[in-house]
Amino acid sequence: MSTRYFGAPVKRNEDHRLLTGQALFVDDVELPGMLHVAFLRSQVAHARINSIDVSGALKCEGVVAVYIAEDLETYWQPGPLLVPPPPIAGITFNLRTQVPLAKDWIRHVGEPLAIVVAESRYLAEDALDQIVVDLDMLPVVVDIESALDPSSVHVHDDLGTNVSAHVYQSKGDYRAAALRADLILKRRFHYEHGISSPIETRGVVAQWDARGNHMTIWDTTQAPVFIRNGLAAMLGLGEHQVRVIAPFVGGGFGPKMMMFYPEEVALPWIAMRLNRPVKWIEDRLEHFFATTHERGQIHDAEIAVDRDGRILGVKDVFLHDTGAYNPYGLTVPINSQCTLLGPYLVPAYDSTFTAVFTNLPIVTPYRGAGRQHGVFVMERLLDLVAHELEIDPAEIRRRNLIPSDAFPYKNEIIYQDFQPLEYDSGNYQPVLDMALEAIGYAAFTGSEQPKLRAAGRCVGIGIACYVEGTGIGPYEGAKVQVLANGKVSVATGIGTQGQGHFTSFAQIAADQLGVDVRDVDIVTGDTERFYWGAGTFASRGAVVAGNAVNEASKVVRQKALKLASDAFECSEDDLVIADGKVSIIGIPEKFIRLGELAQRANPMRGAVKPGTEPGLESTQYFGPPSGATANGVHAIIVEIDPETFDLKILKYVVVHDCGTVINPMILAGQIHGGVAQGIGNAFYEKLSFDDQGQLLNASLADYLLPTALEVPRMELAHTTTPSPLNPLGIKGAGEAGAIPVGPLFAQAIEDALQLKRKNVELLEIPLSPSRLFELSKGAA
Amino acid sequence: MASDRHDIALSVNGTAYRRPADSRMLLSDFLRHELLLAGTHVGCEHGVCGACTILLDGVAIRSCLMLAVQANGHELSTIEGLATSTGALNSIQQAMHEHHGLQCGYCTPGILMTMTAFLKENPSPSEDEVREALSGNLCRCTGYQNIVDAMMAAAEALRATSP
Repeated sequence: MSTRYFGAPVKRNEDHRLLTGQALFVDDVELPGMLHVAFLRSQVAHARINSIDVSGALKCEGVVAVYIAEDLETYWQPGPLLVPPPPIAGITFNLRTQVPLAKDWIRHVGEPLAIVVAESRYLAEDALDQIVVDLDMLPVVVDIESALDPSSVHVHDDLGTNVSAHVYQSKGDYRAAALRADLILKRRFHYEHGISSPIETRGVVAQWDARGNHMTIWDTTQAPVFIRNGLAAMLGLGEHQVRVIAPFVGGGFGPKMMMFYPEEVALPWIAMRLNRPVKWIEDRLEHFFATTHERGQIHDAEIAVDRDGRILGVKDVFLHDTGAYNPYGLTVPINSQCTLLGPYLVPAYDSTFTAVFTNLPIVTPYRGAGRQHGVFVMERLLDLVAHELEIDPAEIRRRNLIPSDAFPYKNEIIYQDFQPLEYDSGNYQPVLDMALEAIGYAAFTGSEQPKLRAAGRCVGIGIACYVEGTGIGPYEGAKVQVLANGKVSVATGIGTQGQGHFTSFAQIAADQLGVDVRDVDIVTGDTERFYWGAGTFASRGAVVAGNAVNEASKVVRQKALKLASDAFECSEDDLVIADGKVSIIGIPEKFIRLGELAQRANPMRGAVKPGTEPGLESTQYFGPPSGATANGVHAIIVEIDPETFDLKILKYVVVHDCGTVINPMILAGQIHGGVAQGIGNAFYEKLSFDDQGQLLNASLADYLLPTALEVPRMELAHTTTPSPLNPLGIKGAGEAGAIPVGPLFAQAIEDALQLKRKNVELLEIPLSPSRLFELSKGAA
Repeated sequence: MASDRHDIALSVNGTAYRRPADSRMLLSDFLRHELLLAGTHVGCEHGVCGACTILLDGVAIRSCLMLAVQANGHELSTIEGLATSTGALNSIQQAMHEHHGLQCGYCTPGILMTMTAFLKENPSPSEDEVREALSGNLCRCTGYQNIVDAMMAAAEALRATSP
């Protein structure tokens, strides 16, 4: 295949609509007769519901209907288990999923209690104030350690425990490794992620067509096919009677997955019930409670090393906050457990986790999906060992990297895709070398830092390594079709939230079919245009759907060549496909345009021969056997103001390997954005709950997303180690930027403030100026 | 709440509109749902994210922090008015495209409007000044770097075309 577009920084096809205000987002859907929905949400974290009196709300101006759980009758069902627990021996998993409206019990602040449907959102919200709720308050479970205390109240009274899951996985013999060790270090680590906070909150519009017996749902989901299948079943409809459209979606980062959120389940039911279109758009306050989080884990981890700092084994026992419900199974803690191992040779690993129910919003994957937590533990353990053995932090990493001849490298334990964790390919040493070179490691530590310190400046350097399991199955598909006007239509089932699929997939198809990349029209996230698929998550869109587009395009290419060879009565080998036409090699004036071939493929006379089909099109699927493992190294130089603990990033370097690159411009954008979210997680964003489960900073004025002043210019470099698991050699890249920023900050800040001299270790994320002040003060 | 309607006359992107609106209706809602100019996006409705930024008599304002009735008699500009009548992107839009300054594109309308006003006021900004001006607009996708590059390029392009 020609490589005109693949690998090139092709400008995005989707930009024009977005830059001119013409792209359709869910809240832009306007339908005649549309009603607006507002949810009454619990203001307390744990309570028994005695009664909900909606009579006052029903009398309000513009109110059409008010519903509580009992009104949903048999439609009221707990949501589905989205990802079953992996097949790990001895596992405990207590499934409790969210409900459309709280009935009898309230389990977190923000849980919906009642629905008001009115002529406008303003009127619907007015009526919420007239609903009277009678509750018996219950003690609140917030802290994941005390949640396991036998005296603790239970989030799910019927369960008799707050244990959501308990999992043990191991490789090798940690106990034997520890006996041989020259040094064992043990620490307690706290790592909290946050809330993804896309600038577009969630939203749903549902339209029931009673005449056509057909439901259309516009939904900010990352997985429209899943949602279509689930809602069809709930509504008692066939899949073909439900169309889910995820139009342009304003960022997702995980929590817009196939959650079957209460609002997502309620709106279609209301539309059917009232036979009117209905709209609900989440406001920012709701987003802080009603959209899923990814919060904290507490790790008690130890590392056993020899005197040269080589890892003999790691033992980790951790607690994971799963929130009030666990519909997403074990994906987040399993990722933490697996990704902790990183790019290192760890001969023995012993890892146990307990996932804990709390009276807090639900935890599901958010960009990184638990990988951050594991990487933080491993990187910090290595830093501690380096300090103890007086080995340079970069050197200790180098000594432990998996060598390039060890791939595929088996880590034996089970990963989130249910497959044994195996790194498909990698070459880690050059990535570390390039990062050290780019950050100027030797010069900084050797001369610059001593000079700056002598001048009274607190500057520090950090370096952190990580791997990321990406591109997991099960599969995606694509339908590629050449149209009579010569343009190419590509439809795939995944949703898109800014990843540039309209361009990267077009590049793949354009190369196979010899057309201009701007002549490829991509459709994502419309179940009417592509029936099958899983969704955009786990850094899998480009890998899995990208390869499906490639497979389908290859078949269409073959069909075009076959049709042209029949027309020219020549061998397919004598033909070339380029510039939107098929021509005979060496005789460019002998050509047929692709559009003409598409018309010939749908003949008005003559038979379509057995074994063939009309149309210049193909639908193909791709499913990788297991995930492709990307890797990278981030390096940073920071300066801290010793009075205010304000932090300034002086330099930031990312060296990354995600296999073959489709579009380096889009890839760089993914890395930039990931790092920005990582910086937020490391130093600015903290969900501050009080002991009653109340979020104290539920606004963007208080929950600090990084701005253009906090996110520095980044230097990026790449190495390319193709994945053997897919024909294009692609690995995923969506989450990579966000993963190692926490340990990077901790290491660099420790270095800048020379905290080790004060016996202060940074074993927690997020940090902040005030937290650094507290920790330093405590030491002094 | 008893409705409290007012007739509002204003101009958006050079087109005159006259509509009734409740006194409590946000200008952002009025633009999006009454005038069907949905290019202006709403991200937080408390004036922090900047997605809803528009120009009011040439000044960048948050349309979620203003009531529609307060815009009575004023001239507004929104993202829909940036491109030329033939649909060609203006210099700032074009620079965003060239430099990959947008991903999901949801915050983009507010950024374009903020920077339209900023570059008019400061045609030769430093990178630090661009970052300062951008700091009232949250973007969750791009990490800002490409937006900054786009604005530096747009400033240069605008200087080249202005007398």
